[in-house]
Amino acid sequence: MPAPATHDSRGPDFRGPAYLDHAATTPMVPEAIEAMTRQLAVHGNASSLHAAGRAARRVVEESREAVAQALGARPSEVVLTSGGTEADNLAIKGVFWSRRAADPRRTRILVSAVEHHAVLDCVEWLAAHEGAIPVWLDVDDVGRVRPETVRAAIEQDPDSVALVSVMWANNEVGTVQPVADIARIAHEYGVPAHSDAVQAIGQLPVDFAASGLDALSITGHKFGGPVGVGALLITRDLAVTPVLHGGGQEREIRSGTLDTPGIAGFATALRLAVDRQPVLAGQLATLRDDLIARVRAAVPDAILNGDPASALDARLPGNAHFSFPGCEGDALLMLLDARGVECSTGSACTAGVARPSHVVLAMGADDDLARATLRFSLGHTSSEADVDALLGVLPGAVERARKAGLVSASNKK
Amino acid sequence: MKVLAAMSGGVDSAVAAARAVEAGHDVTGVHLALSKSPQSYRSGARGCCTIEDARDARRAADVLGIPFYVWDLAERFDEDVIADFVAEYAAGRTPNPCLRCNERIKFAAVLDKALALGFDAVCTGHYARLVDGPRGRELHRAVDPGKDQSYVLGVLTAEQLAHAMFPLGDTAKAQVRVEAASRGLQVAEKPDSHDICFIADGDTAGFLRRRLAPDGDARGDIVDVEGNRLGEHDGVFGFTVGQRKGLRIGTPAPDGRPRYVLDVSPVSRTVTVGTAADLDVRALTGVRPRWCAEPPVGRVERLVQLRAHGEPMPAVVRLLDDGRLDVELLRAARGVAPGQAVVVYDGTRVVGSATIDRTRR
Repeated sequence: MPAPATHDSRGPDFRGPAYLDHAATTPMVPEAIEAMTRQLAVHGNASSLHAAGRAARRVVEESREAVAQALGARPSEVVLTSGGTEADNLAIKGVFWSRRAADPRRTRILVSAVEHHAVLDCVEWLAAHEGAIPVWLDVDDVGRVRPETVRAAIEQDPDSVALVSVMWANNEVGTVQPVADIARIAHEYGVPAHSDAVQAIGQLPVDFAASGLDALSITGHKFGGPVGVGALLITRDLAVTPVLHGGGQEREIRSGTLDTPGIAGFATALRLAVDRQPVLAGQLATLRDDLIARVRAAVPDAILNGDPASALDARLPGNAHFSFPGCEGDALLMLLDARGVECSTGSACTAGVARPSHVVLAMGADDDLARATLRFSLGHTSSEADVDALLGVLPGAVERARKAGLVSASNKK
Repeated sequence: MKVLAAMSGGVDSAVAAARAVEAGHDVTGVHLALSKSPQSYRSGARGCCTIEDARDARRAADVLGIPFYVWDLAERFDEDVIADFVAEYAAGRTPNPCLRCNERIKFAAVLDKALALGFDAVCTGHYARLVDGPRGRELHRAVDPGKDQSYVLGVLTAEQLAHAMFPLGDTAKAQVRVEAASRGLQVAEKPDSHDICFIADGDTAGFLRRRLAPDGDARGDIVDVEGNRLGEHDGVFGFTVGQRKGLRIGTPAPDGRPRYVLDVSPVSRTVTVGTAADLDVRALTGVRPRWCAEPPVGRVERLVQLRAHGEPMPAVVRLLDDGRLDVELLRAARGVAPGQAVVVYDGTRVVGSATIDRTRR
């Protein structure tokens, strides 16, 4: 196979791209790489009964204890998965199936309209194939679910609710949800509550027991661990129907040979991310506020989406999300990429085709503004230099994207 | 130059992009998502609109080491190409959607956006040659006569050609495949796309029936030139002037010779058939002429091509006062379908084109 051609038009002074897409994935921390590679050199199936198996099992269980300790959970509440998507599938489908099996009236699933597709698509699949009735919880104009909205939705028919799921913090616009309030309300009616906390770990304090939630999804690669390892924290008294069948390695509700190296890296990264969270959150919020102020100064009509407050109970400290009126987000992304700034439109894409953000639409914006989005997300390797790099090229990119947007708009007529 | 390479996922556009990179241009690959509901995989070898094709294009861009994006033009394509295709058939004409796509999508919507974003040219895998002549850019036939695609580019204006790049015009298709393999492109052996990309199963008549008569009875008569009823058809969709197969007329022609479609009238749902000799056309008029070279002045002898894989034919062309193009063929052409383009050539050079409106025997 030929070696890939090297091709970089960005000139000899180019120092490498500014990475402003930590919400997509963030670099692994060295300690996690070390913990993981140490285990890669060791063989042993954690389910085997001999010495090699016992050694692997010990690594897995120590990792599980570290995960539990870092997140205010008990080790027996940690179900290791292949990542956030699997954890969400297990929570939504598994809890729906078990709750409905216990009482066939339980067909309603209450979810916010701004969930990640890993949750949204599970609910839509259950609606299409399993008779589930989705109830999309409205959000306000900053993207937040009001607890009263959840109460009103449950009260329409409390006996028919299978579960409530509202994410801890939104992956696109960074809005932090009142998950503890929502869990408390759900419990008043005997309904279990799940939260996708994939974006929250390492940025916000997360305590499973204190939250009152019954289930919580996390994934390693968003906080310095490897891709391909995550967990569903789930209380012992909530029954879950398995999604993956097989050897029953994880509490009989999740099968598959345990990924000892990945789990070691995951737990190491999680422990460090939680330890460092208070300091990192402060640094990121400061840097993020600076980014927002400078973007607004450079592009005065840029619209900040999400909660304008910078407090940790309002917005993810690493998140800045804008609509640039008159621009298409994917045109801006391409222009910034060509100038060494890596970011995201924030919304999911289908085969590379950008769709208008369902999150921004749910917050009340029109189709054009929902296509005009860019998300800049900061993480543990971010610095002022990244923000400088962005501001060095953003005004020119916006100007160009706006011209292209005008061309596209006039072509439509 | 900053070049935007349109990459369909096929071998031609991949090699075209590779050649643009090798020529020293700053190339960005773009796959045009043209289908509103793309299928995951190709059925057979058709089409360039599936998710698998987008992935093939991305892999080719990876191998070339160029940035790659997907541009969503499904809505534009639906309005400008598919709706036009359906409307033309509904009016009894036979459109060429590839030509419309070049005119309105690839060298309009895509080119305009590319220029606004700072690109200088759009590069495609079309087989045609661009030559910088003393009076500007000239569009010529490809050297491989079997692959020449200058016909479907005949609608482009000089301004559009000024920002076009066709790196494959001087190469035979077989060589392009060899080159793709030597460059490590996985699509080297991928079959050619053919037929109409947005009709994945190749069933044009079925596609038109779903669009034009979703729940209705579309039956009508098949008549001869004297108006005698010879049989019945279950919809005019997909009947094309010059077509011989699929007529299913019970009674044979009196002279025992094969019968061909001479005319399609959607309003009266009538398909008129006749002999091969009845198909002969000696003159035609074209509407909406577009010129990429000097338009003809007075009566001039030129070569014309009347369908995508047609032979060049000598003709006398003349621009009428009302803007239409009049074409007198020096020898009769058979099966000329209104709606197709008449592309005018001066030798190998494309002069311009018009849409065939009326034909005369």
